[in-house]
Amino acid sequence: MKKTFRIGGVHPHDNKISAQAAIEVFPAVETAYVSMAQHLGAPATPVVAAGDKVKVGQVIAEPSGFISGYVHSPVSGTVKAVGPRADIAGNLVPHVEIAVEGDEWMEDIDRSDTIVTDIPYTPEEIIEKVKKAGVVGLGGASFPTHVKLAPPKDKKAECLILNGTECEPYLTSDDRIMRERPQEILIGGAIMMKALGVTRGYVGIEENKPAAIAAMTEAARSFPQIEIVTLKKRYPQGGEKQLIDAVIRRQVPSGALPIDTGAVVQNVGTSLAVYEAVQKNKPLIDNIITVTGRCLPVQHNYKVRIGTPMSKILEVAGGLPEAAGKVISGGPMMGRAVANLDAATVKANGAILVLTPEETRRRPESACIRCSKCASACPMGLEPWLLNKLSRAGGRYDELEQARVFDCIECGCCSFTCPAGIPLLDLIRISKAEVMKIMRSRVKK
Amino acid sequence: MNQLIVSPSPHAHGRESTQSIMRDVLIALAPAMLVSVLASGWSALVLILAGVVACVLTEFLIQKYLVKGPVTVCDLSAAVTGCLLALNLPPNAPWWLVVVGAVVAIGVAKMTFGGLGQNIFNPALVGRVFLLVSFPVLMTSWNDSGAMFGIVDAFSGATPLGAVKEALANGMTLSEIKADDLTFSQEFFFNMGGSAGELSSVALILGFIYLLCRRVIKATIPVTILCTVFVVSGIFWLANPERFTNPVFNIFTGGLLLGAIFMATDYVTSPMTTKGQIIFGIGIGLITVFIRYFGSYPEGVSFAILIMNCTVPLLNKYCKPRRFGEVRK
Amino acid sequence: MTGTILFTIACLVALGLLFAVVLYFVAQKFKVEEDPRIGLVESILPGANCGGCGHAGCHAFAEGVVKAPGMDGFFCPVGGNPVMAKVAEALGRAVEEKAPMVAVVRCNGTLASRARTNQYDGYASCKVMASLYAGDTGCKYGCLGKGDCEAACQFGAIRVDPEKGIAVVDEDKCTACGACVKTCPKGILELRPKGFKNRRVFVSCINRDKGAVTRKACGAGCIGCGKCEKTCPFGAITVENNVAYIDFTKCKMCRKCVEVCPTHAIHEVNFPPKPKIEEKPNEENV
Repeated sequence: MKKTFRIGGVHPHDNKISAQAAIEVFPAVETAYVSMAQHLGAPATPVVAAGDKVKVGQVIAEPSGFISGYVHSPVSGTVKAVGPRADIAGNLVPHVEIAVEGDEWMEDIDRSDTIVTDIPYTPEEIIEKVKKAGVVGLGGASFPTHVKLAPPKDKKAECLILNGTECEPYLTSDDRIMRERPQEILIGGAIMMKALGVTRGYVGIEENKPAAIAAMTEAARSFPQIEIVTLKKRYPQGGEKQLIDAVIRRQVPSGALPIDTGAVVQNVGTSLAVYEAVQKNKPLIDNIITVTGRCLPVQHNYKVRIGTPMSKILEVAGGLPEAAGKVISGGPMMGRAVANLDAATVKANGAILVLTPEETRRRPESACIRCSKCASACPMGLEPWLLNKLSRAGGRYDELEQARVFDCIECGCCSFTCPAGIPLLDLIRISKAEVMKIMRSRVKK
Repeated sequence: MNQLIVSPSPHAHGRESTQSIMRDVLIALAPAMLVSVLASGWSALVLILAGVVACVLTEFLIQKYLVKGPVTVCDLSAAVTGCLLALNLPPNAPWWLVVVGAVVAIGVAKMTFGGLGQNIFNPALVGRVFLLVSFPVLMTSWNDSGAMFGIVDAFSGATPLGAVKEALANGMTLSEIKADDLTFSQEFFFNMGGSAGELSSVALILGFIYLLCRRVIKATIPVTILCTVFVVSGIFWLANPERFTNPVFNIFTGGLLLGAIFMATDYVTSPMTTKGQIIFGIGIGLITVFIRYFGSYPEGVSFAILIMNCTVPLLNKYCKPRRFGEVRK
Repeated sequence: MTGTILFTIACLVALGLLFAVVLYFVAQKFKVEEDPRIGLVESILPGANCGGCGHAGCHAFAEGVVKAPGMDGFFCPVGGNPVMAKVAEALGRAVEEKAPMVAVVRCNGTLASRARTNQYDGYASCKVMASLYAGDTGCKYGCLGKGDCEAACQFGAIRVDPEKGIAVVDEDKCTACGACVKTCPKGILELRPKGFKNRRVFVSCINRDKGAVTRKACGAGCIGCGKCEKTCPFGAITVENNVAYIDFTKCKMCRKCVEVCPTHAIHEVNFPPKPKIEEKPNEENV
């Protein structure tokens, strides 16, 4: 019997139409716009100024706090400007703008295809190398990986779970790297296991990716400590808490961290980035982006340098079709709608999805019929209908806290499933932020 | 280029809508309606049509001219109410009866509470009970379309439950009446005498299976009700088979299946969580059996459901779903 | 028959008496001593429980003001000066009169002057929209027009004009309770003195982008050119972060700035249609 998580979940159509498109290297751009806010936490502080020459892989910004990260130049050329630029939401974020000249890499980066299997480094060295390479979680949350590899002193990691579920519809970038570079992913996993000091590793892959499962199983023969776990297709299996539940049958208690179950979860893309950072000295300067949508004539999986404007990617992929209604950075369930197509890609940008208005426009809202489908679908066992009702009644935050709105993982199952078309998550998200603010201020007192 | 659409996630939506759910319920009711029309002819068809039209029209008029809000009759919820109400009446009832019931069901039980999703009581049942207490003769003169048991002359045109009740009240014992000795096929396929919707258990069960397959309802409530009725009436029956009818008889008569499958599972008036639904189902089962055995009405499903409807807000408040990360007992 | 009725009546009377006695003693036992002045003050207050004074409601305000040594920091924006004068009289204190305030909308970007750049398709709430992205126009600072202020206002004094696409205040109904100011995620609303004869001048824009960016996004935004700052004879106007602000404590309402503003982002309200320079009232600057 295939494993899966135990509470809630939905089954959206998986639409993996780009699964057969092999990874292509995206052509060089003229100007790269590198955001300083590519990770969770404080934006990085630029260490270059206009006029500086930079090489591929050179540090252009340093972390400005504990949860922050290094940013490297994805291209070689001259820094044109350092200043605010609009991100996908249209909000201003500090960027470094680099005019591309040639493709000159830092000397210490190993650009060969040879696979380096030996891991001669100590855990401290690994964590330092991962930190210096600016690796962040590529599953979407972009949490700095080095922070996750060094759990607090009083917590003990017991196993590493690599997340190859890719439960979001449409996305295929993880599928492609698992098919094309399984060995490197597993070495990356072995590196992280060494850093964490654990001996068990798992790779969770959903059943709708048989080719990836076959490739990973084949490669895992030389990694006896890593087990490939085939999971049922179900959204949101790729959620950290749901994946831990599915793979090792432990549930993260409310308010606790995933590490309290002894598991550390990393995306397979992150694992590949860790491999490149540790074994090849290559910082995180590019990522795999799925460009997909039923209205696009051709589907692509591109390897794109960070800082490439999305409009440029869409242009190369065949242009934005007339029928396009919405462009999403990420998948249809948790991705962010793009308001500004000129925004540049960031590290955790895994997909550009183009939907037609018919595919995406919300239906008119009608009255709640109390069918409780939202509660059945909620993977955290919450009652979205209640949270929504309380939020609408002018934010009854004490009751919302009692209903544990802070457990919400914003997966969107409730809004997805609601037959009345009620945008449940829209308001729950706001209430969650408010309640967490109240709770934090109480802790401070 | 067109202007881009921007909205918070999720950007995809499931296929179900209120309308599709209500349509599924209507489809699930189709076999029962068919049986009713086959058995009772045009009068049943007129009844169903009158019920649907009256409900939809009442809702339309109230929304358009009284509330002056958006008209939402297209969600088919009023049509479902109309159907259920018609199936709850004797098939030969006059058409105006169902119209009166529809006005009460939609006007009083649904719209006064604020329309779809706000009502406390199942509208069709309120309509039915209103008719039952206002027009008791019309509501209990059943179609005498077939002689079923040996006591035809005395009880012609009564439902099996009604017949039993009356006989017991007259001091007879069950072995004398032999009313609950229906053959299995009578019980299961064509149990004549009864409201339009309770004629054929198999038709109702077909609808139930359809609803389950379409994931419109979960089996929790109907199964708990039926189990409770079976177990409780079984205990009584074992204790005194002369005084109490047997459990199988209890399950297949008196609209229990219709109530359990289509009325008790009404989203609006049933609890949200599995725990609540189990309590709700047990409550309905218990009250039904007690009304049947000890009450003055021969059958108690309608009253049982309405009584348990009152407890739904409380059940929703105190029965919470199992939270992620909660320690399992 | 008569016996039954008499018995019933006797029983009920006895029970009633018993309960009355019990209730009396319970009420004595659990009596909460409250300053009678609190009730008195509360009866003077409007009873809107809007929270505009910063207290949880009218009772909390009354309790606070009675316990406080003076009237400092207590002002009921809904009742205004007349109510505060009554409260002060009831407590035997003196009260300073405050200039009546009104909420103003500091966004000038009507549908005509501010082109839409995308379509918002989420829940109709400014808060949801603001947390998602910069907005459906080129201006990141402007009114989103989804009516959170309208929902927050208990007095029906603010609403989103469907033709303009921005919030509009009805100054007769506005009590300056500040609910809308707290709600607006863009911080567009501000409480300013109502002014002499309800006349006032303010900058109806908070766009902090550079002039060229602002101009591209909105035809009626403050571009931070500084003309008003130079023109103002009283030094009431400062341009900071590419946006002008008029300090109402210094403004003498000469309206010179209104004339020079190239984008008409500075609004004058309730002045006679033909501008005459002779009006220079001073009383409102308290």
